[in-house]
Amino acid sequence: MLGFFLRRAGLVVPTFLGITLLVFSLIHLIPGNAVEALSGERGMDPARYARLMNEFGLDQPLYQQYLQYLWKIMQGDLGRSIITHEPVLGEFLSLFPATLELSCCAMLLALILGLPAGVLAALKRNTLLDYSVMGVSLTGYSMPIFWWALLLILLFSVTLGWTPVSGRIDILFDLPPITGLMLIDSLLSGESGAFKSALSHLILPTIALGTIPLAVIARMTRSAMLEVLREDYVRTARAKGLSRLRVIGIHALRNALIPVITVIGLQVGTLLAGAILTETIFSWPGVGKWLVEAIHRRDYPVVQGGILLTASIVILVNLGVDILYGIINPRIRRSS
Amino acid sequence: MNAPHPAEKSEPPHPLLELWRYFCMNRGALAGLGIVCLLLFLAAFAETIAPHAAAEQYRDAILLPPAWQEGGSSRFILGTDPVGRDILSRLIYGTRLSLLIGIVSVSLSLGIGTVLGLLAGYFRGVTEIAIMRLMDVMLALPSLLLAVAVVAILGPGLINVMYAIGIVLLPHYARLTRAAVIGEMSKDYVLASRLAGAGPLRLMFDCVLPNCTAPLIVQATLGFSAAILDAAALGFLGLGAQPPTPEWGAMLASALEFIQSAWWVVTFPGLVILLSVLAFNLLGDGLRDALDPKLKL
Repeated sequence: MLGFFLRRAGLVVPTFLGITLLVFSLIHLIPGNAVEALSGERGMDPARYARLMNEFGLDQPLYQQYLQYLWKIMQGDLGRSIITHEPVLGEFLSLFPATLELSCCAMLLALILGLPAGVLAALKRNTLLDYSVMGVSLTGYSMPIFWWALLLILLFSVTLGWTPVSGRIDILFDLPPITGLMLIDSLLSGESGAFKSALSHLILPTIALGTIPLAVIARMTRSAMLEVLREDYVRTARAKGLSRLRVIGIHALRNALIPVITVIGLQVGTLLAGAILTETIFSWPGVGKWLVEAIHRRDYPVVQGGILLTASIVILVNLGVDILYGIINPRIRRSS
Repeated sequence: MNAPHPAEKSEPPHPLLELWRYFCMNRGALAGLGIVCLLLFLAAFAETIAPHAAAEQYRDAILLPPAWQEGGSSRFILGTDPVGRDILSRLIYGTRLSLLIGIVSVSLSLGIGTVLGLLAGYFRGVTEIAIMRLMDVMLALPSLLLAVAVVAILGPGLINVMYAIGIVLLPHYARLTRAAVIGEMSKDYVLASRLAGAGPLRLMFDCVLPNCTAPLIVQATLGFSAAILDAAALGFLGLGAQPPTPEWGAMLASALEFIQSAWWVVTFPGLVILLSVLAFNLLGDGLRDALDPKLKL
C-alpha cells in the first residue's frame, strides 16, 4: 500500500515542475516584457524601469531566473501583487475559503441530485424517465454557465425577489472571519438571521456552478450502473433472493461508484474553472474573480501565482482520488 | 439450388452508407446534424438572411422588445440592444464568428495534437515521455483557466482566443492519437510495409494514421462544442472578442446592466450558444456510436 502511495505521489513531482515551468514562461512570453507591458503608452523613467526589472529578476539569465523562482516557491514566496503590494500567497489564502465553500456546495448538490438521477435512469432504462434524465443532463452539460447564472438571477432575484443578486452575506452583518467559510462563521457568530442570509446568498451560485458536474455525474452513474447490472454477481444476488433494494444499493451501486469517483475528481478542475465565471457574475469574493481582475489589471505576479496555486490544487485532488481509488479497488493497487 | 446473384447479395454496403444507417438510428444525432447544417447555412448567407447590418444602430429603436411583446416592432423580430442594433441580425452574423473560432481552433489542435501523438506513439522512449508529460501538465490545468492564462499572455482579442482554445484542446488529440497508434503499430500490416521498405514518415502518415481517424473525428466534433463554449466564456469575461464584434459571449457581457429591464438582450444570445453547443455534442455522440460502439465511454 505504501509503495502504491509513493509511486502515485512520485508521478506528481514532474507534473508540478512542468506547471512551474509553464507559469514561469508565462511572464516571459508576454510581447516585449512584463515591465514594458506595465508601463503603458507613455513609458516610464529609466530608474523605475531598472528597479522593476530587478524586482522581477528579469535582468538575469533565464535558467537562473527559473531556479530562483523555484527556490522562492519552495519557501512559499509567490511574489507580491503589483497593485496591492500584498504577498500573492496571503491574498490567495484569504480568498480561497470563499471559493472552497462555493465549490463544495456545488459538488454536494451535484452528488445529491446526480447520483440518484443516474441510478434511476439506469434502473428504468429506455423509459420516459431515462430519456428525460439524459436529455436534461446533456442540456446541462452543454450549458454556458455564465448565461445560466444570469437566467437564475433574472428569475429568482429580479422577478421573484427570493434571493439576493450578489455577494456572500448581507452587508448588515459584519462577521469576524474565523474559518473563512461563511456558513460556519455565521452560525458561530450567533447573530440571528446571519446564517439564513449567508445561505440565501449561496443558493444561486451553487446551482450555477453545480450544473455541469451534476450533468456529468448523472451520465456517468447511469452508464456505470448499466454496466454493473449486467454482471453475474448481481444476477447471483438476485437469485439468492436478496431484496431489490439490497441488490441495487449494496451489490451494484458500490461497484458502480468506482468509475464515478474518477469523474468526481476530474470535476474539481471544472469547478475551479467554473468559479472564474460564477464568481465574476455573483461578485463572489473568491479566487476566480481575483484572477480575472488581475488579468484585466495586468497584475502578472497574481496571475502567475493564482494559476500555479489553482493547478496545484487540481493535481493534489487528483492524487487524492487516485489513492482513494486504490483503496476502494485493490485490483488497481496490485496491477500498477 | 439456383442462387441468381450470390455476388450481388453478399456484397457489404459501402462503409459510408453503413455509417449513415447507424447514424440515422439516433434521433438526437440527426437533430444535432440538422442544427449544425442550419448554423452553416446562416453563416454562409448571413448578408442575405439578416434583416439588418450587424453594426447598424437605429437611434429611434433603442431596447425595443421582441416583436410579439407589447411595444415590439416587426422590423426587429428579437428586439434591439441598448444602442439600437437588431439582435437577430447580430446573432446571425455571430454564427460566422463562432464557427470560425471552432474551425480554426479545432484544426490547430487537431493538426498539432495528431502529429505530437503520432511521434509519441511511433518513436516511444524519450520522445514519448517528453511529449506526454507536457500534455499531462496541460491537462492538469482546467481548460478555461489555461485559456485565460494564454489570453493573459497574448492579450484579449478574437485571434488570440482561437490560439488559446487551440492550445487548450491539443492534449486530447495527442493522447487519443498516441493510444491508437500504439495499438496499430503491433499489427501485421505495419510490419509488412516496414519490410517493404516504407520510411518512418510514410509509415506514420500513410499506413497508421488513416486507421486511427475514428476517435479523432469524434473528438473534433466535440471539440467544436468546447471551442464555442470557451470562446463565449472568454468573450463574456471581456477577454475574447471585443465590442462591437457580434460575438455571442461579448453580446451577453455588454447586456449585463440591462438584465433587470430588458430580458431579451440577455436571453437570446445565451440560447443560441446553448443550442449550438448542444447540437455539436449530439452530433459527436451520434458519430461515436455510429463509428465504433466500443468507443462509448
